[in-house]
Amino acid sequence: MNAIERHMVNLEQSSDRSPVNLSRRGFLGASLGALVLGVALPGRVARAQEAAEIEPGMRVSAFIEIRADGGVRLQSPFIEGGQGIYTALAQIVGEELDVDPASFIVECAPPGPDYQLGGFRFTGGSRSVRSSYETMRRLGAAARQMLLQAAAARLDLPVADLSTEPGRVIHPASGHALSYGELAAEAADLPVPENVALRAETDFRWIGQPAARLDVRDKSMGKAVYTIDVKVDGMLHAAVQHAPRLGGEPGTLANEAEVKAMHGVHSIHRLPGAVAVVADLWWRARQAVEALQVSWTEPAPDTQNAMPADFSTEALRAKLASAPGPGLQAESHGDPAAALEGAARVVEATYDAPLLVHGQLEPPSTIARWNEDGTLDLWLPNQAPDVFQQVAANVAGIEQQNVRIHSPMLGGFFGRHFLYDNANPFPQAILLARAVGRPVKLIWSREEEFLRDAMRPLVVARFRAGLDAEGLPTAIDIEAVGDGPGFEPPDTPRASVVEGLAEKPYAIPNRRAAHVKVPYPVTLGYWRSVGHSMNAFFYEGFLDELADAGGHDPYELRLRLLADQPRHRTLLEAVGELSGGWKRGPFTAEDGSRRARGVAMASPFESEVATIAEVSIEHGEVVVHDVWVAIDPGSIVNPAIVEAQVTSSVAMGLSSALLEEVVYNDGMPQARNFDLYPFLARYQMPRVHVRIVESGAPMGGIGEPGVPGVPPAVVNAVAALTGQRVRSLPLSKVQFEGTL
Amino acid sequence: MVTITINDIDHAVEADEGMPLLWVIRDILGLTGTKYGCGIGMCGACTVLIDGQPTRSCVTPIESVGGLAVTTIEAIEDDPVGRRVVEAWVASQVPQCGYCQSGQVLAATALLKQSPQPSEEDITATMTNLCRCGTYNAIAAAVRQAAQG
Repeated sequence: MNAIERHMVNLEQSSDRSPVNLSRRGFLGASLGALVLGVALPGRVARAQEAAEIEPGMRVSAFIEIRADGGVRLQSPFIEGGQGIYTALAQIVGEELDVDPASFIVECAPPGPDYQLGGFRFTGGSRSVRSSYETMRRLGAAARQMLLQAAAARLDLPVADLSTEPGRVIHPASGHALSYGELAAEAADLPVPENVALRAETDFRWIGQPAARLDVRDKSMGKAVYTIDVKVDGMLHAAVQHAPRLGGEPGTLANEAEVKAMHGVHSIHRLPGAVAVVADLWWRARQAVEALQVSWTEPAPDTQNAMPADFSTEALRAKLASAPGPGLQAESHGDPAAALEGAARVVEATYDAPLLVHGQLEPPSTIARWNEDGTLDLWLPNQAPDVFQQVAANVAGIEQQNVRIHSPMLGGFFGRHFLYDNANPFPQAILLARAVGRPVKLIWSREEEFLRDAMRPLVVARFRAGLDAEGLPTAIDIEAVGDGPGFEPPDTPRASVVEGLAEKPYAIPNRRAAHVKVPYPVTLGYWRSVGHSMNAFFYEGFLDELADAGGHDPYELRLRLLADQPRHRTLLEAVGELSGGWKRGPFTAEDGSRRARGVAMASPFESEVATIAEVSIEHGEVVVHDVWVAIDPGSIVNPAIVEAQVTSSVAMGLSSALLEEVVYNDGMPQARNFDLYPFLARYQMPRVHVRIVESGAPMGGIGEPGVPGVPPAVVNAVAALTGQRVRSLPLSKVQFEGTL
Repeated sequence: MVTITINDIDHAVEADEGMPLLWVIRDILGLTGTKYGCGIGMCGACTVLIDGQPTRSCVTPIESVGGLAVTTIEAIEDDPVGRRVVEAWVASQVPQCGYCQSGQVLAATALLKQSPQPSEEDITATMTNLCRCGTYNAIAAAVRQAAQG
């Protein structure tokens, strides 16, 4: 279980689940006459029904709707943000239902118990497909069986004489066929069959195939609608200026009257930690709010996460590097202290990685509309609609079921749209819409987003390892210093800090990994691959140092340490083969440049990944030419989406390795936009080669696991090429020697 | 009042001097295919064509486009090259989150109208829009495919 899952499990209890026909239970909502099938949790049906009686038709708590015209609408428990989940779900359900995935319309389901598979609901942790795979198959199979039964009744034939082909029930003996659309209403009246047989994997037509994504054409024509594009009748636009340092509150507004008189300005508002202007157009609201001369108070002493005026990331890094251990133990095997004592050679190193912003290209926004009946509609980017609904209800002071959550597709997320303190615009939008008595669309400018995003943590990792006379590691001792997102009790190491440092597969007999917890005043968030995003860089970089110190080739050393780990060894061999055979270099490439390669492994989100990168130095900067990735997620649904996600992960991992860093001085982030916080551009993108290895192990994640291996593979290649071992990212901080 | 020509239609809009074309397009004319990403001309999500030139509309003051032809993604299929680019984007399955892709498609269309057979250097020099999902290789493949088509 990864760090995110751990939290959500704490939030809600898991429960068994089986399909029930919600259309028989009054859940039809707007889709009267359609077959509506959902997974209701036994203990939760009553609660859901109750809610439905309070607000009839408010939630269409269903997954599958077969319309009279044969179209299939699928309510997704997961939000689409580029990772391809809507297409994957259509493939899985379509496989069992016997409907071509291309004829699905997939939408993000509203909050409600029906979509809390396993007892909780969020999009993250690279878990959408693997956590819903069985459920979605059973739903599709049950719906197909109901259609068969309806056809059998209509034709007065035994079910056994009937079969299906995509979109219709057929009677092979007579050649008679009934479309699913014709049967939907009758099927909806049937009880949901139990224990319907699932299709044999050998008969799969769509699962395992590179089905085209359902959203690609719209997205290529500007037709996809994100929250920022939503328009509501009568809405006004709002922009905010946050306290420069978190915890400050707006004092006097020196030029309030002047700003109030600006063109289009409707009103000026004081919000917790911010001021806002509501206007007829967002541009005018923004001009006005940024013209406001606000004197901000100093944070009250007890304010959580208050940003001190003297905070700097440089000082933080130094503080973490010198914070005393031993920390909270996350892993312990053997006797590392004794092994270090008896080692032929001890190697020590300290690594660090910086704060990062998510940098999703769609700035956060929310549209809030209060309705005459006291209910509230919210359109907002979110990765967990029920949690947002609950918090929105608290902010609004109304019952949870009176908040309708609409979840348009996300213009990127990477962990940005979880609920974080002070990092989501919706509470401000709720307050503003109430204050002005009209719907309000609030957009955070990119500059405000840089000020309030929940960041990938800054962590320092201290390593000590012992080598024997053969130069093989016998002991490794790791202290990760800092903090990460999470809700663990104070005496427990944070999963988000130690994942990817503890429980590595290498045969090092004596080892300890610990978290030296040092909180600091930055709002921390989940960033694509979370702790792995830096821990693979720390560990795999240090492992290359051990290889060098022990006189071993880093690839050969890994193979040796994985002698008893066939899955990892196979993967490492696969990536070596994919790259044309391991060669570290330096060597001279065809274009005459000097190059070298680095290798790294990671085990993120129940998948296994091996990565090789090839680099050169041009004009003192690192150029990455090729990245080879072998990934073993156990089994997959769509190889094209897997390859796209791995390639995307390589881009983001490389971006973090080369370029990205949030720097604070005097309590302020130095970058407020992409001019001072560059991320990977097209000319910096390497060729990416992906090999998918389906070992048959339990299904692992896809959206994030490609990230962690990239920074260490690149840094290890740079060390091989230049002799310079980089232990602090990003690489752009280092000027390398070398020419074209 | 400023009169601007968007997708061959003249619009008289009440916009303040200095107001970026982006916000006129999005919030006054209601064409939301053009995106706000950074507001400082860095990312290119707001790319439109002005007299065929890819232009970052978030830093283009409205008064500077009077009398010029502005093309947004909504009109992409009115242009044969634009249609070809869209088909190549679909065939190469380029978009992930999709937020930057209106701008990418317009930038590619402008490139191919000026250089029907662009070199790799041409592609690198002109396709400068940012993509946080890292679809860059698919973008280059789609540009090459559209050039052949």
